[in-house]
Amino acid sequence: MPACLELETAFIDAWRDPSFTNEYRQVLREFAGRPTPVTPLDRLSEQLGIRIFAKREDLAHTGSHKINNVVGQTLLTKRMGKNRVIAETGAGQHGVATATASARLGLECTVYMGEIDTERQALNVFRMELLGATVVPVTSGSRTLKDAVNEAMREWVTCVEDTHYCLGSVMGPHPFPWMVREMQSIIGIEAAQQLKDLGVDTPDMVVACVGGGSNAAGVFAGFANAPTRLVGIEAAGGSAVGKGSPGVLHGMKSLLMQDEFGQIEEAHSISAGLDYPGIGPEHAYLAQSGRAEYFAIGDSDVINALQVLSLSEGIIPALETAHAVAWLLQEAGKEIPLGATVLLNLSGRGDKDVAQVREILRGQR
Amino acid sequence: MKSLETHLRALRATGRKALVPYFVAGLTPDWIQHVEAAAHAGADAVEIGIPFSDPMMDGVVIQEAVLRALEAGTTLDSLCAQLATLSTSVPLIAMTYYNIFHHYGLERSAGKLQSSGVLGAIVPDLPPEEASDWMKASTSHDIANIFLVAPSTPPQRLGRLARLSEGFCYASARMAVTGKSSESGEGRRVVESIRAVSDIPTYIGIGISTPDQAREASEVSDGVIVGSALVQVILNGGGADEVENFVASFRRSID
Ligand SMILES: Cc1ncc(COP(=O)(O)O)c(C=O)c1O
Repeated sequence: MPACLELETAFIDAWRDPSFTNEYRQVLREFAGRPTPVTPLDRLSEQLGIRIFAKREDLAHTGSHKINNVVGQTLLTKRMGKNRVIAETGAGQHGVATATASARLGLECTVYMGEIDTERQALNVFRMELLGATVVPVTSGSRTLKDAVNEAMREWVTCVEDTHYCLGSVMGPHPFPWMVREMQSIIGIEAAQQLKDLGVDTPDMVVACVGGGSNAAGVFAGFANAPTRLVGIEAAGGSAVGKGSPGVLHGMKSLLMQDEFGQIEEAHSISAGLDYPGIGPEHAYLAQSGRAEYFAIGDSDVINALQVLSLSEGIIPALETAHAVAWLLQEAGKEIPLGATVLLNLSGRGDKDVAQVREILRGQR
Repeated sequence: MKSLETHLRALRATGRKALVPYFVAGLTPDWIQHVEAAAHAGADAVEIGIPFSDPMMDGVVIQEAVLRALEAGTTLDSLCAQLATLSTSVPLIAMTYYNIFHHYGLERSAGKLQSSGVLGAIVPDLPPEEASDWMKASTSHDIANIFLVAPSTPPQRLGRLARLSEGFCYASARMAVTGKSSESGEGRRVVESIRAVSDIPTYIGIGISTPDQAREASEVSDGVIVGSALVQVILNGGGADEVENFVASFRRSID
């Protein structure tokens, strides 16, 4: 708790210091490849009878939006005088991003990853090691993202003095949900302007996949005050809004999948990055207030969506992102009126998933 | 003053150092006998760990025990029903994570604990900033709230935690989750900082695994808490006799 208070003070101070925010933006530009483009998805739009634009976070360095947050948090680590970061990771994207940003700054980096995820994302483990990080497989509980968070928190207690916990989504104790959203809001801020440049004043809908909710929070931030429907897509097996109830876990009060006794349930999703039984507290609030809506997509629709986007647009999305794509395929002409303009947050590329997808497709034949 | 604190202050006045063993409720079918054995061997209070699926402040030993207890179907209702059958009057202190009480209902949890003979509660993931609802519920059922102070706790916060603590204040000897440790830690320094602001009884815990460590800690505090080392005995298959011997060896060492 004192560590969170220290972090809050440091973040507030840094975030209003132009020398910090300028450096943050400069690194995003020169190192992470921002701004990422907005791409009209013409063939898919025609097929579905809606107008889809994709915000291309898959083109950011390391292949997903996760880099935005870690660039900010690693700079903040240095500013706090710490020389080491720890992180949890599910799909490995946040771990790879953290290892990358740490290597750039010469920070020591340890990543906690559920044992099951180290198996299904073996290449990402190797990438992290190439980048100089130590990957610790977590063997407790469900051996996925939730347990990686538990383990990272256990570790943080022992080393707060010289170590920053670089949390990867808009979850956990304050100030993380707020800080991570701020660091991801660049997605929505850029996209709103880029759409204007393309002649779209406000999209009818913004759609993003939701694990903890950082890419969604980031893109929503650009449209919070616009008359735009904000839609988050969870994995059916990790659907905190759909199947959850209020609870307290990992230092946050939010919606959680839990049993009748308050024991947290294990999430099960084809995508390691959405395999989390909770959701960031701000999304729970947005769901409750009705400002954003949340739907769930099951594993079986995800592979198809990945193939459709690959074939029609030449973009292989991450399995996480494919949940949002699947929802577009399913709801065009239903929840999404024909002719509507939709911004899809293409949170990450699918390179990390191709081995897993190949196995699944082989099994289907 | 809540009953637990009255009791523990009286204990301190006799000059006796408090020995508080920790058990995971429901770990084995005969766990209630383990608690009785500990009381018989000289425990002054007993911590009852209520299993939670995500024990974030616990090390591998207690994690394993909690998992087993949950697999055995332990719930707040089932363990409270078993506690009510205890044949000893040793004060009981519940230790769990906030979601368990939050989900069961705060008022209902506190009432349930009280009717099962529980006098205190430790909820390590509930910071004082968020604790007012629980403190209201627990107070209406005479449940004392025990807060943890760590070596890194800044002075102002330490003062607040020490003043809020009822029954005793829990001095964490090290920056770590529960589990074994060989170093003696910073218990003395933490206890001294608590004593500078409060006269609440102060017990050292986290990492105390041998009778020698317990003696060292008891010399600078009012009592000691022994968790993982005892749970390990039970995980290894130890029954009530082993528990009794284990607790007795700590008793002899700190007396
Ligand atoms: C590409 C991609 N999208 C989305 C997510 C889910 O995280 P969040 O909901 O925080 O955006 C992940 C997490 O690993 C990811 O790798």
